Amino acid sequence: MIVTLLISIGIISLISVFLAILLVIADATIGNYGVVKISINDGSKELEVQGGQPLLKALNQEGVFIPSACGGRGSCGMCKVRVVGGGGDYLPTELPWISDEEKEKNVRLSCQFKVKQDVAIVIPEELFLVKEFKTTVESIRDLTHDIKEVRLRLKEPAEISAKAGQYIQFEVPEYELTDERVYRAYSMASSPDDKNHVELEIRLVPNGICTTYVHQHLKEGDEIIINGPYGDFFLRETDKHIIFIAGGSGMAPIKSMLLDMEKKGITRKASYFFGARSKRDLFLLDEMRALEEKMPNFSFIPALSEPQEEDNWDGEVGLITDVVRRMVSEGANSEAYLCGSPGMIDACIKVLDEVGVLPENIFYDKFS
Amino acid sequence: MTDSLMPFAVFFASIFTGNILLTNYLGMCSFLSVSKELKTSTGLGMAVIFVMATTTPLNWIVYQYLLIPYNLEYLRFIVFIIVIAAFVQLTEMTLERYSEPLYQSLGIFLPLITVNCAILGVSLFMVIREYTLLTSFFFGLGSGIGWFIAIIAMAGIRQKLKNAKIPPGLEGPGITLVIAGFMAMAFMGFSGMIAIS
Repeated sequence: MIVTLLISIGIISLISVFLAILLVIADATIGNYGVVKISINDGSKELEVQGGQPLLKALNQEGVFIPSACGGRGSCGMCKVRVVGGGGDYLPTELPWISDEEKEKNVRLSCQFKVKQDVAIVIPEELFLVKEFKTTVESIRDLTHDIKEVRLRLKEPAEISAKAGQYIQFEVPEYELTDERVYRAYSMASSPDDKNHVELEIRLVPNGICTTYVHQHLKEGDEIIINGPYGDFFLRETDKHIIFIAGGSGMAPIKSMLLDMEKKGITRKASYFFGARSKRDLFLLDEMRALEEKMPNFSFIPALSEPQEEDNWDGEVGLITDVVRRMVSEGANSEAYLCGSPGMIDACIKVLDEVGVLPENIFYDKFS
Repeated sequence: MTDSLMPFAVFFASIFTGNILLTNYLGMCSFLSVSKELKTSTGLGMAVIFVMATTTPLNWIVYQYLLIPYNLEYLRFIVFIIVIAAFVQLTEMTLERYSEPLYQSLGIFLPLITVNCAILGVSLFMVIREYTLLTSFFFGLGSGIGWFIAIIAMAGIRQKLKNAKIPPGLEGPGITLVIAGFMAMAFMGFSGMIAIS
């Protein structure tokens, strides 16, 4: 009995060990591509990495962060990078994400594309500023029944240099809704001046992996990893009038821009249209009123689409698009900054076009 | 039937009368999920042919020379899976290194079928039916070709299906299973020709 047991364990181990050794040898010979060079932006930065790994991972290890929401499984299509030298053919796993136009520019999905030889890539300059930050949750407070404000204190590195309106990626650890780490993008609501803190406004989405985590599991004092900043949604330096339009947690980047304007003493005429359903979806009213006091050319215009009787609402009523159409004048001399759901943004772009805002002066951050 | 004809009979039978997918309903998950496009189905089908034709004789050798001598036949499930997984891994690495085009068309599917039940099923049938090494090879090859034919037929039908009106509740895997059922019935037409057991 014992002998049979030992023999069976022995044979299984023998087979496993043999195959494992075979694989290790193969990994060290066939799978070993040696050290390869990644040249970024025409040689402005050179990296030496172990060959054979996905580009996204190789860059990550060297501290160059490419935005990616799915963590490298090829399911979000965000981590696109231009590979100008040493690319090779597209993999079937990349093709669903790459348009014909991008194919001509050699845009690749960096989580699928493996570096097997020296490559040259082109990435936006500001990605060099992107870092990974260890943070602690300093406070969490309810802004509305379904939006929470999370304030993070940066520990390492202790400072972030971002532009108002940019976003970071929030790393959700393994918990009951996900068995691997995932990343979700959130705009920073804090002023860029406050370099030690990042504030996020996170709305609960039923069964959303990150939002459920933040709303039901995150506690003050927890450690959270973020990376950033990303994005080209920030205030342009012109003299044009500013139209801000936001809904729900779209408040975040606009609030950051307003704080930044106040700090820098920018006195451009600015109107902020904020759309909500009823009074219980409005938040930060006091802060906005305080900003109106400090900035004479700024006005905050909240609008309710379905005000309830008990709201006693005497402000604007109607869909945010109707309010914008009614109140915006001098469209041609205005810039618009939009943040909210894709439906809201598409509808607003149409209205802005009607009131004469030029398409190149419309900037937006769409939730997806 | 004479023994010398056995391998060829098994080869023919495993493609048509005993099609691993349509008579045993093995390898269903990748069959359902990958059969949307003819091109990807072809790649996956080729990968299955290759892996079945190679791992079946490989497992035969392991079974005959390692498991039987030590009376460890009951360990065949674990051992076969390990052998298949390691072999597939090795093949993928080799393809990725040495043949870009082959890796593009075939290698990318290999991880998908490492844990495919049809692959393991073929190795287990080979044991139950007491095939010789040569017969095992033809059985693996034939089963692979049978699976290949079934998936490209399904992909062809599903591409046509894009223009068809399907009740909402049946879309996707539902209608695919119904079609697979019809295909299985059609293949039953072959069953009078030759039988394997």
